[in-house]
Amino acid sequence: MSSAIIGATASQLLSGMERGDWTAVDVATAFLDQIQAYDERIKAFLHVDRAAALRQAETVDQKRRQRQPLGRLAGLPIALKDVVCTRGQPTTCGSRILENFIPPYDAEVVRRLREADVVLIGKTNMDEFAMGSSTENSAYQTTRNPWDTERAAGGSSGGSAAAVAAAMSPLAIGSDTGGSIRQPAGFCGVVGLKPTYGRVSRYGLVAYASSLDQLGPLANDVAGAAMLLEVIAGHDPSDTTSVDCPVPAYSLSVEQPLAGLRIGLAAEHFAAGLDPEVEAVVQAASDVYQSLGAVLVDVTLPHSKYSVAAYYLIAPSEAASNLARYDGVHYGHRAAQFDGLIDMYAASRGEGFGSEVKRRIMLGNYALSAGYYDAYYLKALKVRRLIRTDFDRAFEKCDLLLSPVTPTPAFKVGELIDDPLAMYLSDIYTISANLAGLPGISIPAGMSDAGLPIGFQLLGPPFAEEKLLRAARMFERQTPWHTERPSLRAGT
Amino acid sequence: MTGRLTRDDVVKVALLGRLKLSAEEIDRMTDQLGRVLEYVDILDEVDTTNVEPMAHAIELSDVFREDVPRPSLPREEALANAPNTDGRGFLVPQILEGV
Repeated sequence: MSSAIIGATASQLLSGMERGDWTAVDVATAFLDQIQAYDERIKAFLHVDRAAALRQAETVDQKRRQRQPLGRLAGLPIALKDVVCTRGQPTTCGSRILENFIPPYDAEVVRRLREADVVLIGKTNMDEFAMGSSTENSAYQTTRNPWDTERAAGGSSGGSAAAVAAAMSPLAIGSDTGGSIRQPAGFCGVVGLKPTYGRVSRYGLVAYASSLDQLGPLANDVAGAAMLLEVIAGHDPSDTTSVDCPVPAYSLSVEQPLAGLRIGLAAEHFAAGLDPEVEAVVQAASDVYQSLGAVLVDVTLPHSKYSVAAYYLIAPSEAASNLARYDGVHYGHRAAQFDGLIDMYAASRGEGFGSEVKRRIMLGNYALSAGYYDAYYLKALKVRRLIRTDFDRAFEKCDLLLSPVTPTPAFKVGELIDDPLAMYLSDIYTISANLAGLPGISIPAGMSDAGLPIGFQLLGPPFAEEKLLRAARMFERQTPWHTERPSLRAGT
Repeated sequence: MTGRLTRDDVVKVALLGRLKLSAEEIDRMTDQLGRVLEYVDILDEVDTTNVEPMAHAIELSDVFREDVPRPSLPREEALANAPNTDGRGFLVPQILEGV
């Protein structure tokens, strides 16, 4: 029974529970057992409260027995990146500075998930404050890629992607500031969607770069991502950047193929540095779309090569401001030894933050400091406008853009950790969507000769999530990649 | 765009960011941040004359709501995560001389 459960998609689990094949407790138990058996090796989770998860599942079963109304995702286990606040449960953001932080409130996303009667199965590992591409910046552990534990799961939502890939949860929430959902989804062979900026409330999401951060779903198939997005999307008065526009029934429309789809290919996305195996997968994906009646269109994104540089000025500048709140006064770590107030701040932050967070705070303060503001921060904001304009022009000619999601399959743990710039460049295909505020989805689409998953990315204009999901499902229906599962070994 | 990042620059920025760094960290940051700053200089190639800066992906206007009193976090919950509290407020080191 448990192997059927952990191998199932979110839709299969929902209908299985509705039919009475499994109870919510059966489902939660199967995934919790999988975590227990394999997470010592994978290190996807930072916190798992087995008893609390089983209580939530029992409540769902009880409601079902008593024929009470049930939420849309009743009994479905969901892993949460440890960047969203959960009332009464630890939320560390992968940082020592929040090691003992217990939020007094739920993020809006968590509130919506509870209302949908999900089972919150655990909080997943991440790069500290979502700054990184491998989870190696986590203060607690490095998540291993379930396909090859010598390799990185990607980041910063590496724990969420690995949890789904290793069948420890059918669904997960991640956050994406420069590719942090799509890149680990690509590395781990799962579906990951970054919604349009403003589509999902950021209330209770620990802030990194507020004009770029967005929460989104990871799932073991496209329909799972659709049903999770449908629940978390929508207007929230508590987030003034949340957009008040209707949420389509993604979970229903996802099965409808798109007719007359125009898919754009940008020459800039196939330049130097792209691994030939990745290029071949993206090429094969465009062939699949062509065979389904889509028209391929050449477009150009002339400023895309500046996106990493613009990002590494804008995001650290916002981070320098956002992370000023960690002062050792209201919550978070306070140093034991200090000399006066300023030193208390500096010592607490010096001890509480890891190297990458310090680097970005410093970079941001430098870019914003007197004499450099115009040359760095303002210049980057102007280039950001040009990057967005490139996309607007491209989407006049096509409905969606097809591109690689990462330049290579998963790199090795430790391979890039001493070279921050090389690590930053691994986000080259994902980062411009955050600058422009656009939605993007990463879909499993092949395997390297070494047995590592390779994905591709579809990008769309603002609020084109429905189109992205339908197009992704068209591809998924024709191909076997989403059914591939890694073989896991227990132990450490 | 600008000169090479110096060790003094790093010390100054660390103070601005309220980060106490070890001597070894300062050396490493000088090197790593210097390389990132050299890389971002490629933005100089871009002609941004008459381009409006884009601070946000959605064009935001002021968002207002009615000013209605609502319950706020109870004091004990607000203080529950504080590193140092007397149960009424957040305790910090003395900041005024001779008080």
